[in-house]
Amino acid sequence: MDNVQQHDKELHDAAHERDAQGEKLLEVKDLHVSFFTPAGEVKAVGGISYELGYGEVMGIVGESGSGKSQEAYAIMGLLQSPGKVIGGSITFEGEDVLAKTREEMTDFRGTRAAMIFQNPMTSLNPVYTVGNQLIEALRTHDKSISKKEAAKRAMEMLELVGINNVAKRMKQYPHEFSGGMRQRVMIAMGLICHPKLLIADEPTTALDVTIQAQILELMKDLQKKTHMGIIFITHNLGVVAEICDKVSVMYAGKIVEQGAVNDIFYKPSHPYTLGLLRSMPRVDADEHERLIPIEGTPVDMLNPPDGCPFAPRCEHCMKICLQKMPPHVEIGEGHKSACWLRVLEKKKGEAFGAEGGAEERQSKKED
Amino acid sequence: MSEKKLSGENLLEVTNLKKYFPVKGVRGPGVQAVENVSFFIRKGETLGLVGESGCGKTTLGRTILQLYQPTAGRIIYDNEIIYDGGGLPVPKRDGEGKLLRDENGKLIYQEKTDASGAPVLDENGQPEYVLSKKSSVNMLPYRRKMQIIFQDPSASLDPRMTVGEIIGEALDIHKLYENKVDRAEQIKALLDHVGLNTEHANRYPHEFSGGQQQRVGIARALAVKPEFIVCDEPISALDVSIQSQIVNMLEDIQIRNNVTYLFIAHDLSVVRHISDRIGVMYLGTMVELGESYELNRNPLHPYTQTLLSAVPVPDPKLSKSRQRIVLEGDIPSPMNPPTGCRFHTRCPYATDRCKEEVPAFREYEPNHWAACHLLEESHPDAAGKTED
Repeated sequence: MDNVQQHDKELHDAAHERDAQGEKLLEVKDLHVSFFTPAGEVKAVGGISYELGYGEVMGIVGESGSGKSQEAYAIMGLLQSPGKVIGGSITFEGEDVLAKTREEMTDFRGTRAAMIFQNPMTSLNPVYTVGNQLIEALRTHDKSISKKEAAKRAMEMLELVGINNVAKRMKQYPHEFSGGMRQRVMIAMGLICHPKLLIADEPTTALDVTIQAQILELMKDLQKKTHMGIIFITHNLGVVAEICDKVSVMYAGKIVEQGAVNDIFYKPSHPYTLGLLRSMPRVDADEHERLIPIEGTPVDMLNPPDGCPFAPRCEHCMKICLQKMPPHVEIGEGHKSACWLRVLEKKKGEAFGAEGGAEERQSKKED
Repeated sequence: MSEKKLSGENLLEVTNLKKYFPVKGVRGPGVQAVENVSFFIRKGETLGLVGESGCGKTTLGRTILQLYQPTAGRIIYDNEIIYDGGGLPVPKRDGEGKLLRDENGKLIYQEKTDASGAPVLDENGQPEYVLSKKSSVNMLPYRRKMQIIFQDPSASLDPRMTVGEIIGEALDIHKLYENKVDRAEQIKALLDHVGLNTEHANRYPHEFSGGQQQRVGIARALAVKPEFIVCDEPISALDVSIQSQIVNMLEDIQIRNNVTYLFIAHDLSVVRHISDRIGVMYLGTMVELGESYELNRNPLHPYTQTLLSAVPVPDPKLSKSRQRIVLEGDIPSPMNPPTGCRFHTRCPYATDRCKEEVPAFREYEPNHWAACHLLEESHPDAAGKTED
């Protein structure tokens, strides 16, 4: 245990120092990812930008097909053909990730950044024991480490993620673990080389609520210990509220709103974010209230509409929304929204010299 | 919005229902998926059913519809016994017509006779009945009244049939139309009813999005004008923004057609929203049943308390301030469930008694049932009563 704790503490301190200096762990600028399918080009990610600080937890929220996973795969260099990064940059601790060679990427994955997936059973190899797979992960990145030493580290890691009876568990195969335990193994495998960034792609979606609660508590705990940055991809706003410091809301390959978790939940400014929040049953509701759904269906990514992708489903849709994609407007500190309503509000605010009316919820229909 | 019509009458009564799945090469009863579950659903209400995966909620729904043959217990639908596995006292019903009959119309219950062949009479002088054989009725006429909506819409629609054929098939089986024109009209009306374009009847399921496919599944269930629908996780496979559309539609259908729902889901917030009452299941047993907001405010069973606290709330301040009970360990195997209270292996308050004795399912507070030994101390009045 000492080894891991010692190492974690060092990492933790180093990360804190960098954080204090205002350095960013990850910067994504205007990233474009396209899939070239026989039916045409699918712009899965259409120009997204964000920054992640050391020790920060960012949630990426979006529906299926909104490009939230593809964006993460691009960072890890795991995009599958026919997917390609066609523009933008990804900078990790000052290094250009997209310029790395295959070998460099292999080293990058695991030691610098790690990823855990939705379904742990398909990410673990069914014909190797769990111990074997953990040791392999270690020895791939550090050839000098002996098998014995690696086994010791693997056992420490399993203990850290809350698995009992580790000596026995090391010799078991993935099918002998339950769903929640497998996800713990995945987290152990992801963290075994002490990465600075962990990308979690819907890590709790396949789990039951009580197990989800266990995994979330574990991730919060580990994040505090190691001070790693986490990108948490999910469609569950409840999970986001619980674990994230800031949130990016994606719709049809674009970030439509980003900001601190409190801004997103208490001062949503994009109609899509507002719609998502309104369409869920309220927690503190004491009697039946009718839900307010977002009408219409998600965008067909093969034929996306011109202008704002959300316009066809938006109740405030104006002429300009159908023609041009709105720029990101700064509403508060670190709170940005891509909506023409906010652009107009800001212009008006400037014209009259008044404060930007970000908190103003009701928006007039201007057609 | 208009109010739901709730009558005091029970549409469905389930008593001590069991469903075991035998496992090859294993001694004993096999997987005990549903164990002694008793509850009722009133006409026009929505009963929600929640629990972790593998707790038997889907099996319970399917066993009620007799898509699975029950192992034991009794199911009464609209005052008619549609399944009786024996071993339970025969309910007193007025008139023979309300008692279970087999395909030939013969009574399945026989008058109880003593050794000399004379009928045995009860205190009121009425003849007593016994079950002559474990039996269920021919379900086909009931299929018109009881329908199901499945979880995965893409898996429950035949990919080689058009949407019109899928919906029309239900009409064909029950011969619910006069002529071809009438049939086509009905299909159009159903598509319109669930918010789909009526011209889409000639399209195949793969041409629709997930939310639209689920609407087709709902239209198919509605085609026979059922009184009772089992909604088996109808929204779990859908995107967040689509879920609320389907929830609202199910609510509208309930009011318009006066349908009763058994709504199965693992998402507590949605179940709480749509249900009048909620039943909580754990490892094949029902641990708590109560009115949905009452259950939310005042959960009696320790498992319900953990389940409620485990649901992530979309409110950052609330979710950071509240206390959470995190359960240790995983759900045990239903092949070899724990003795006594099935929850005792994970319950933070378990005592020795919980390990040995199965707690009774009792009405501890008005309209609020639970099965837990601990409640007997805090609710001494209710200790004598059991649900019948």
